[in-house]
Amino acid sequence: MNSSEARGAAPALILEDVHKSFGESEVLKGIDLVVEPHEVVCLIGASGSGKSTLLKCVNLTEPVDSGRIVVEGEEITASGVDVNRVRRKIGIVFQAFNLFPHMTVLQNITLSPRQVLKLDRKGAEQRALELLERFGLADKRDEYPDRLSGGQQQRVAIVRALAMRPSLMLLDEVTSALDPELVAEVLQVIRELAGEGMTMLIATHEMSFARDIANRVCFLDEGTILEQGQPERIFTSPENPRTRQFLQRIIAAGRL
Amino acid sequence: MLGGRAVLVSSVSTILFFAVIAVIVVLAPGSEIVAQRFFSPFHLRQSIVGTASTPSVVGAFLLNVYIFAISEVLILILALVIAVVRQIPGPVFFPLRMVAIAYTDIFRGVPLILVLYIIGFGVPGLGLGFVSYLSDVTYGIIALVLVYSAYVAEVYRAGIESVHESQNAAARSLGLSRWQSLRFVVLPQAVRRVIPPLLNDFIGLQKDTALVSVLGSIEAVRAAQIYGASQFNYASYVVAALLFVLITIPLARFTDRLIARDKRRRQAGAVA
Repeated sequence: MNSSEARGAAPALILEDVHKSFGESEVLKGIDLVVEPHEVVCLIGASGSGKSTLLKCVNLTEPVDSGRIVVEGEEITASGVDVNRVRRKIGIVFQAFNLFPHMTVLQNITLSPRQVLKLDRKGAEQRALELLERFGLADKRDEYPDRLSGGQQQRVAIVRALAMRPSLMLLDEVTSALDPELVAEVLQVIRELAGEGMTMLIATHEMSFARDIANRVCFLDEGTILEQGQPERIFTSPENPRTRQFLQRIIAAGRL
Repeated sequence: MLGGRAVLVSSVSTILFFAVIAVIVVLAPGSEIVAQRFFSPFHLRQSIVGTASTPSVVGAFLLNVYIFAISEVLILILALVIAVVRQIPGPVFFPLRMVAIAYTDIFRGVPLILVLYIIGFGVPGLGLGFVSYLSDVTYGIIALVLVYSAYVAEVYRAGIESVHESQNAAARSLGLSRWQSLRFVVLPQAVRRVIPPLLNDFIGLQKDTALVSVLGSIEAVRAAQIYGASQFNYASYVVAALLFVLITIPLARFTDRLIARDKRRRQAGAVA
């Protein structure tokens, strides 16, 4: 942390032996994971394997029970850390978009830059409009979310997160709530982000997308990372029998 | 839309309905006396303009409007504070939450008229400097605010709880503080949703301003009573009743419109 050089060299995200339980059930059973800057890591695995919980822990939406999470060299699970400051540099996009229905697209995007980063209205709007322009949403700036298609809403949600200029993006099943014909436009946005070098941790059911975009794929099963590696290797010759089983089910369902 | 035939049928049935009621009233054995006691044009006019010895009911009604207007603003503020306090998380704020819960429990439980007596006659008895020398109207307003805030706080709370937790999660994930999330994301949605029930409570409040008369304030109902007692005629009560209805109808229609607009909007949202 003492020089920008040291920060540049630090991994974007480190998880060390992260445990998380909800009541009796242990959802994360010791997760170790390192994400390097500009790396795109996809988390795959069945529903309930802990993908979403892992992302929520990184975002500090859910406190971890034990273990450490380090973002750009700063341990965010340490006591006394300013949660709001940490979240500023981590963008998260949810399955259900969670846009604010009482605000226009522009208001949705500028709320946090104005209130948290204290940008003036002009600065925040300019930043928002640049992003909307880039993702082909400029004409929607004054629409309310319920007038947009699911795909457009999700793209606005991504723009809203990007407007905070995060150094790490967490995407939680961002296409799962979309009609099939709307999935592509959202994936295209994520592809562009990856192309620009955005560091991303992505929980997804879209296997072909994961295969296409990820630098690394992690297979989660019952709260542990059973297997990880380059997508080609994971998808063509998985070593772990459970990974093989999972992928076979996916192939049988016609999703790979 | 109603067709020509439907308009005809509804007109005929409406006329028939009211005709039957009118016939019953007119043919009732005491109908002449009732007409004289309640609907005498002379007394209706007299109670509206007032006499040398009795106040004008319409003039006194302005006091109801005044009480309502002041109370409404104070209630909206106090109730919001109570509702927000009640949902502050964390063990440190347990005492505050307790106070808010006790407040709503007590003031929703005690009849308004008792609160009026306790405030209106109790506080002056305490001898607490200027606090004990306020006007009857002020004590009346305080009692109304105390009781109605308890109801309205619960309306607000229902609204806050109806906003899905994912909205708060989204706001917090963007770095907004708990307070910022409440102020910019949760409360605006909550308040919008509870406007119809809020207006409903305010229609109740408009009528309950009449109860302030127990402290001696001469508002519309009290003025009607004075007229009735001195002239042995109840037309003044009819005037008071009409005044309350007149002021309530716009608010009721406004509430209907808001509900209809809300419904339309939700349906539009569902289509998109």
